[in-house]
Amino acid sequence: MSKAILYDSTLCIGCKACESGCAERWGLPYNDKIAAEETISAHKLTAVETHGERYSRRLCMNCQQPACASVCPVGALQKTALGPVVYDADKCMGCRYCMQACPFQVPSYEWNSRLPKMRKCDMCSDRQIKGKPTACAEACPVGATVCGERDELLGEARKRIAEKPGGYYNQVYGVKEVGGTSVLYLSAVPFEQIGLRTNVPMEALPETTWRVLELVPDVVSTGTVLLGGIWWITNRRAEVAQKEGRRR
Amino acid sequence: MKLQFPKITVWRAIFAGIMLSGLYATYLRVMYGLGGSTNMSDKFPWALWIAFDVMCGVALAAGGFTLVALVHIFNIEQYKPVLRPAILTAFLGYSLVVVGLLYDLGRPDRLWHPLVMWNPHSVMFEVAWCVTLYTTVLFLEFLPMVFEKFGMHKPLEWIHKISVPLMILGVLLSTLHQSSLGSLFLIVPEKLYPLWYTPILPLLFWISAIVVGLAMTIFESWHSSRAFGRALELPLLASMGRVLAVLMSVYLWIRFLDMSHRHVFGLLWLNRTETWLFWLEIALMAIPAVLLFQAKVRMRPGALYACAVMVVFSVIANRLNVGITGLEAGSGTHYIPKWSEVAVTLSIVAAGFAIFHFVAQNFPVFEVAGHEPARAELEESEADPVAV
Repeated sequence: MSKAILYDSTLCIGCKACESGCAERWGLPYNDKIAAEETISAHKLTAVETHGERYSRRLCMNCQQPACASVCPVGALQKTALGPVVYDADKCMGCRYCMQACPFQVPSYEWNSRLPKMRKCDMCSDRQIKGKPTACAEACPVGATVCGERDELLGEARKRIAEKPGGYYNQVYGVKEVGGTSVLYLSAVPFEQIGLRTNVPMEALPETTWRVLELVPDVVSTGTVLLGGIWWITNRRAEVAQKEGRRR
Repeated sequence: MKLQFPKITVWRAIFAGIMLSGLYATYLRVMYGLGGSTNMSDKFPWALWIAFDVMCGVALAAGGFTLVALVHIFNIEQYKPVLRPAILTAFLGYSLVVVGLLYDLGRPDRLWHPLVMWNPHSVMFEVAWCVTLYTTVLFLEFLPMVFEKFGMHKPLEWIHKISVPLMILGVLLSTLHQSSLGSLFLIVPEKLYPLWYTPILPLLFWISAIVVGLAMTIFESWHSSRAFGRALELPLLASMGRVLAVLMSVYLWIRFLDMSHRHVFGLLWLNRTETWLFWLEIALMAIPAVLLFQAKVRMRPGALYACAVMVVFSVIANRLNVGITGLEAGSGTHYIPKWSEVAVTLSIVAAGFAIFHFVAQNFPVFEVAGHEPARAELEESEADPVAV
């Protein structure tokens, strides 16, 4: 069982309570100027976007099989059994491969710091461990963001679509995208109209690199034998040629 | 050695200018972080320092493993005179890649972390290990030049004893990480432009590394023959040119075959920056491939050199396309390097040239010591080493 967030954009009123709740949980500053920013960044880990008269939230999708965790050379990012993808800043060496690999361009970097860290939402891992909801879900006054078990939330999302077919676009975003995410979206319109990426692959991204990486032992073993064999043959031939004193 | 003030020449003035700007850029990097010294952003987290300093740096240093494989494993002794410069280039290249990484990493003080904190699922982890080990191998392969210079016979013998496994290890490590630099980008199928994104990126990176390794060897030989007034090893380089022509044809063939399987030929005629950059990259490889098939061209030092330069620029263009330009559209942003990024990169390249020059002048790089005179003599008569 793993935790997830269901964000129903049709219920969202754009009050940004989730943003301030998030900032408070992380101890980040929050004011009118920051509230006006519609992009996530190292000082704003979730952002409410305006798309015409609709709203949408951006936050880390905490993927089921996260690309960021698979590419991190030092294992600073981990997918926990509980659901959140957590980050250990003490391990991070700042290669920013997680940022490059993330299909949602979520991880942000403290570009202007001398000892920078990556920053992203971790679905309030510490709160979830204690059984508490995420800060954003707790702050939401209208229930647009709710927190719970992924399976249950998925059932809830499908129930909402079934109960009000005209009110929803007939899909849940995050079910299959990049192999499934821990943040699920409901929308009244096709997802690209509320700024979600619909060009992401439906397979889990770590597969793409693992297909090559799993060949490494084969390359090493075959390569050693092959190169050693070639060396032995060519060297032996030269030896023989030298002994026999003939010119090849 | 007498201490005297170096003469001021145009090249030395340019060199000093580059190094000074690099020094100031270094100050900016240290004091104001990556934000103050680069144009990278959350949407574009990898830029010039990765695409050029690391990806091009490693590729251009591929002559080391290519020549080691040809001379010591395939036993094509005719190539021996260019082996040492290739090893020196590789050792310098990898050392400078590490310098480039120190600039690019957010926490350069943690460069060693992948060695103790493992994640075998990460391509970067594999690259980190391979580059570390291979730089060590290159250092050991370079050491004989130092031992010879100072007449240290005991260590020389010792290193000769382990030389074969060492060289096999070097070739394997190179194969792994040269290809893995391509694998790094397999994780971004939705970001990298389809003219470059392919599941066979690692294979393409590996072949093009061998190609550019040979081209760099020709490039160096030509320059060092002018700088040090040596005779150019023309028959040797010409035969290398022919190998190069075949390899490039194979590369281009695989590349277009792959594109046809992925049905992306339609993209070739779109009026987009990516299209032009793609054709530039292909032309810079196809033209020398055609030219080098002709003996007339191969035997003319100037033409051979021009072909090598084209190949080098083609592979540089390829790495920059994969690492920068091919990612811009998919990342929804535009990137132009900040002056300080360029300054650091130029300083690293300039330092590379200068150190190469210094080492080549002071260590036995260009004359191969005659350990096996009998065999060397034997091989001299061999007109065409490739036709084994």
